[in-house]
Amino acid sequence: MADAMTPTAAHGHPDYLSENKGLWNWLTTVDHKRIGLMYLWSVTAFMIIGGLLALVIRLELLTPRQTIMSAELYNRAFTLHGAIMTFLVIIPAIPAILGNFALPLLLGAKDVAFPRLNLASLYVYWIGAAMAVSTLLLGGVDTGWTFYTPYSTTTGGGVSMMVLAAFVLGFSSIFTGLNFIATTHKLRAPGMGWFQLPLFVWGMYSTAIIQILATPVLGITLLLLVMERVFHIGIFDPQLGGDPVLFQHFFWFYSHPAVYIMILPAMAVMSEVIPTFSKKSIFGYKAIAFSSVAIALLGFLVWAHHMFVAGMSLFAGAIFSFLTFFIAIPSAIKVFNWIATMWRGSIDLKVPMLYAINFLLIFTIGGLTGLFLASLSTDVHLHDTYFVVSHFHYVMAGSNMLALLAGLHYWWPKMYGRMYNNTLATIACTLIFIGFNATFLPQFVMGSRGMPRRYYNYLEQFQTMHVASTIGSWILAAGLFLALATLLASLRKPKDAVPNPWNGRTFEWEAGSPPITHNFEHTPVCIYSPYDYREHPVPIAEEEKSAH
Amino acid sequence: MSDSTTTVQTDRHAHAHPPGLQHHFTNMTQQFEAAKLGMWLFLVTEVLLFGGLFVGYGIMHSKHPEAFVAAHHHLDWRLGALNTIVLLLSSFTMVMGVWAAQTGQRKKLIAFLLLTVFLALVFMGVKYVEYSHKFHEGLLPGKFYSHQGDTVPGQFMFFSFYFMMTGLHGIHVLLGIVAILWITFRAWRGHFSAQYYGPVDITGLYWHLVDLIWIYLFPLMYLIS
Repeated sequence: MADAMTPTAAHGHPDYLSENKGLWNWLTTVDHKRIGLMYLWSVTAFMIIGGLLALVIRLELLTPRQTIMSAELYNRAFTLHGAIMTFLVIIPAIPAILGNFALPLLLGAKDVAFPRLNLASLYVYWIGAAMAVSTLLLGGVDTGWTFYTPYSTTTGGGVSMMVLAAFVLGFSSIFTGLNFIATTHKLRAPGMGWFQLPLFVWGMYSTAIIQILATPVLGITLLLLVMERVFHIGIFDPQLGGDPVLFQHFFWFYSHPAVYIMILPAMAVMSEVIPTFSKKSIFGYKAIAFSSVAIALLGFLVWAHHMFVAGMSLFAGAIFSFLTFFIAIPSAIKVFNWIATMWRGSIDLKVPMLYAINFLLIFTIGGLTGLFLASLSTDVHLHDTYFVVSHFHYVMAGSNMLALLAGLHYWWPKMYGRMYNNTLATIACTLIFIGFNATFLPQFVMGSRGMPRRYYNYLEQFQTMHVASTIGSWILAAGLFLALATLLASLRKPKDAVPNPWNGRTFEWEAGSPPITHNFEHTPVCIYSPYDYREHPVPIAEEEKSAH
Repeated sequence: MSDSTTTVQTDRHAHAHPPGLQHHFTNMTQQFEAAKLGMWLFLVTEVLLFGGLFVGYGIMHSKHPEAFVAAHHHLDWRLGALNTIVLLLSSFTMVMGVWAAQTGQRKKLIAFLLLTVFLALVFMGVKYVEYSHKFHEGLLPGKFYSHQGDTVPGQFMFFSFYFMMTGLHGIHVLLGIVAILWITFRAWRGHFSAQYYGPVDITGLYWHLVDLIWIYLFPLMYLIS
């Protein structure tokens, strides 16, 4: 009887963490929530490895000459940092962790459409990750994460293995995207039309379109690269009648859309966090929804802006430059809509909201500096300098990481049923903001003054800014470590989260914290808009409080 | 309290699931439509995978038109045409298999599936004959190209694409054979009925794509003079 009084047992089903414990049950689970958590800890592990490499790289750059390692080792370090962070961390981060965990809940579904495929994507990720790490035993890779030919077809080491790892990881990404599209089409709760979808779902859907359409092209490009290395098939080799720039076209046809695989999910998280903590209906629902799809489609038409100096006609360059400016519009629409959502809202500065506001600042800086690079003439000056490095860290690393942390702090009570220490999490968020800007703002300055990227030694005049950047990386690392420790520390106490700690309006807050294995005791029915703050449709939080 | 618990539990398991329905779907239609959508999305990725090769082929063909035309004379268009007919026939038998599944005719389903596998094996047999001929002549991709007496240089590039494209297609045929055999086994075990035939249907979709890709490969490889 006493057991029956606890909130979970009252309904007769244990939550998804308590049911079927044990390692084997986790490894064979098809539950989207457990798969999301396994992705969380796998990605976190690689984020730590990639982050440590970044610290080592920054430490080497503390002085203009050799500091702690040789030039050869330095090349391998930044390649591994780039490859791990791109293929193993940023691309899977939000879709595979937060998407897997939250998307079916937001739709009112019991699971994704293909649960076994979902588990397969995790195993494929692990295989790809093992392959990527095994390159260390093959002598490392020194090409940079972009594997540009002809260098990548002539250098030694584990290039083929790393390229095959990226190929394998592509399948993991495709499986996730395929699942999200089918789930969104077929498993929405009764009454949920396309314009009652939470905007997180629109963002994930747009991401999935890119994963489906772009990833196979990367797959075949990487296979061609391996064939070039093994058989010298000639397609990328000018001596055999091929074209090395063709590789860049193929590579960026995927890898530019992939940038939107990284940022669209981050935007998706923002569209949930900002209205919840502004206690106000989202401004411009349809504009945000359609701008996600617009970004997904326009993203396929701008790839050659990575190649303005690689040998391309001026006419083609002008067109790609124009299209690149054009794609800034849907991104700006979103930012203005979020700000309009906050305007006259009743803003609650909880940790997820702090991360969201950080995101707005970081993303705006990253987005606006992109316009300098989109201009043909300024790009000639800034190409391959630290300005580019800083720009893409602001949009890919900073924005994605802040959105991941916003979402993680937002859904953490749902994932583990526990609240974290608000003060410590706020301090961590502040450190991350300071550390990130201290690391990368100086890089804009030195880049615009001519500091080239990927250089091992540099002129004395850049040292002050390199030192500032390196110290920034330590603050950033301390902030991330504190954020992780704060979240982990919450797991030591008993479950204390109510089902709806933030007064959110989407379906996941009607499920328990943590939810049962099949998510909802009764299939929810969609009556209200997901951002309807005028009244409280289902006062679950109060009900559960009185049950205590 | 324990009474209400029991009620909830019985309520949850009271309605009997039709065989083949997975726990997270409401009904068979929803499950079938989801699976079909999933397969179409997968086929999109396949088209783009081959699409990269087709684009590469197109660019290199336009850069080296004489070498490509000269190289393609080493292929026997009659064998290519034979394989085209064989694959088209196999698509027909696959369609008949799906029809047999939809109408719940188990024996016909198994027969048509096995016929499809047979035709796929004929295709691979012809491919084996072609490949061993090329190997013998030294018509190999990239640096392994060792054919003597070429009047037009650079023919190895054509064979780079020939082996990559027909090889990748051949892998898809082999995977198709495995998939159809698996479906045949399940049909033999009596898993399918007029109400539940989704796996047969989506395997059919995959097989038609494999056929379709060959229909593009045949003229690009064998008929470019």
